[in-house]
Amino acid sequence: MHIPDGYLSPQTYLPLFGVFIGAIAVAVKKVKKEVPARNIPYLGMAAAFSFIIMMFNLPVPGGSSGHAVGSALIAILFGPWAAMISVSVALVIQALIFGDGGITAIGANCFNMAVFMPLIAWFIFRLICGKSRAPRRIVVAAFFAGYLSLVLSAILTGVEFGIQPLIASGADGRALYCPYDLKIAIPAMAVEHLLLFGIVEGVITALIVQYFVRQHQIMIYAFRTTGTDE
Amino acid sequence: MHSEQQGLMNNLQKKIVVVLLILVVLTPAGLLLPMFFNTGAAWGEWSAETLKEVTGYVPAGLAKYTKTWKAPLKNYTFSHDDSSRMHQSGYYLVSGILGAMLAMSITLLLSKLIIRNGK
Repeated sequence: MHIPDGYLSPQTYLPLFGVFIGAIAVAVKKVKKEVPARNIPYLGMAAAFSFIIMMFNLPVPGGSSGHAVGSALIAILFGPWAAMISVSVALVIQALIFGDGGITAIGANCFNMAVFMPLIAWFIFRLICGKSRAPRRIVVAAFFAGYLSLVLSAILTGVEFGIQPLIASGADGRALYCPYDLKIAIPAMAVEHLLLFGIVEGVITALIVQYFVRQHQIMIYAFRTTGTDE
Repeated sequence: MHSEQQGLMNNLQKKIVVVLLILVVLTPAGLLLPMFFNTGAAWGEWSAETLKEVTGYVPAGLAKYTKTWKAPLKNYTFSHDDSSRMHQSGYYLVSGILGAMLAMSITLLLSKLIIRNGK
């Protein structure tokens, strides 16, 4: 899901940089207002967790490889705004130092995995959980938050890939950037994440949320009673 | 919850650090498993050369942009020519430690700047 340099046209990656910067500006304000200072160490650990979890490339035999991201878990435990900052840091380091994801695509990759994904996960978690604090309901909500948020981010990435042939092709009719259109890119991105990587994301999210529900429920951002530190 | 800050880290933080250490030690699995099943790069993350093999050409814009940035530890390795799986696993592991430590310290710094104490 890390789009490399050259796959997106400037008409795509520049607006996505803009959207990403705007989202981070909102995230900074929200984190300043809502995240308690005692969570600072956890945000650092969350960034490290996301970085490490993305290194676990899983093979789809006969296909390609992929990985979980960790954004859903971080969003549920520490809030979607904090997740945006932690996961963005991990993604920028991956691009700058390890060439995982392009420099020109930093805005796009951060938008897909560090903005869109935690927000969607947060929304799904709240939707399924409602006001319930029943552990089983919480764990189910966490699974689907992880599963669906990764699948939907993968589809979003597929859309960004797939619109490239529509946006830019050379005089010879050949694509200038990603050569695959929506009909190829969306199913390719969706299927592998539906069948494997999304399930991994869901299970990791559910297991760790379950641990926090049992041991440290008071810390879970999704269950906070006030906007600030108690 | 109110007896935090005994020492450098509370119990939960210590536990998380231990889990992160275990995970980072296991990262070479993320390199070796795809090798073992002989799967390629993630969809849409192919190099220009691979793309040429598959589609028959390198898109002109793509060819231009792929040279935008030369990452110092591209593909989480210190040596692309080293064919030893053992060595590559070691490079991958060291990359993981380095990346995780950087991600953690930069995020700590940023969130300290954002969340000021005594608000």
